[in-house]
Amino acid sequence: MTAFEIAGRSFESRLIIGTGGFRSLESMREAVLASGADVATVALRRVDPSARGSILEVLDDCGCFLLPNTAGCFTARDAVATARLAREALETDWVKLEVIGDDKTLLPDPSELLDAAEELVADGFTVLPYTSDDPVLARRLEDAGCAAVMPLGSPIGSGMGIANPYNLRLIVEAARVPVILDAGIGTASDAALAMEAGCDAVLLASAVSRAREPAAMATAMRKAVEAGYAARHAGRIPRRLYGEASSPVEGVAELT
Amino acid sequence: MLTVTLNGQPRELPDGATVADAVRAVGAPEDGRGVAAAIDGEVVPRAQWTVRALIAEDRVEVLRAVQGG
Repeated sequence: MTAFEIAGRSFESRLIIGTGGFRSLESMREAVLASGADVATVALRRVDPSARGSILEVLDDCGCFLLPNTAGCFTARDAVATARLAREALETDWVKLEVIGDDKTLLPDPSELLDAAEELVADGFTVLPYTSDDPVLARRLEDAGCAAVMPLGSPIGSGMGIANPYNLRLIVEAARVPVILDAGIGTASDAALAMEAGCDAVLLASAVSRAREPAAMATAMRKAVEAGYAARHAGRIPRRLYGEASSPVEGVAELT
Repeated sequence: MLTVTLNGQPRELPDGATVADAVRAVGAPEDGRGVAAAIDGEVVPRAQWTVRALIAEDRVEVLRAVQGG
């Protein structure tokens, strides 16, 4: 697998790991290492004095580049404020921009998302927006100066895979920035499909963190992303309505 | 004493308390790694924590990095 770049920064792994949902920091550490991910997302929340251990120490040990998110924000205003707090907390101007429009489906709010993206780009952020699988919105986000677009496969944590492969293909075909499939991955074949569809990377959390064996699923996801990428670049055969024999059709013996 | 809203809860702090005092009061790490503070939604840069005095009714949020997708 060749490295890929976001905003001039090079990453070896095309699997980005979200750290939400792990039962413990130790479980997270094992899974992050097994995933081979170079990038890990974190959220910002009010300080809980009873919390044990430091997620940052664990992710530093794993060699991860930190990507703070704006999870939990429902307005552009909150998302922009959260991004600025994350910049202060983690000394990074990278942000996974998430502006949710519906608390049941967790689908993005397109208009708040675009507003927030424009404001953060103007403020010097490297913005990676979690977006719906709408090709026009993806283009608008790219035009706004986002460093990548991150369409969902299906709602966050749903494990429903890629609900609209056609839209994803349209986004990939048109994008001039990296396309990272974000959300909805349930199992390894979903991640492989995303890469075969031409995504540059896959971001997932729940599929690994809530699996019965997170580290084992992280290994499966690493292999799936590698396999999907390899297959995409190996040039698959066309789909045919009828069969086409692979053994020679000439020289078949007459035996009866 | 002055009363501020600290992470959503009313909290009494000594007169002259700064953002650094609020950060300590919620039990955030002293070195501030992974921690950020805001007053009324505006980020207070770490360099100003020890000098930015709180006033009554400030809404202070002290956040830190946690697990999240």
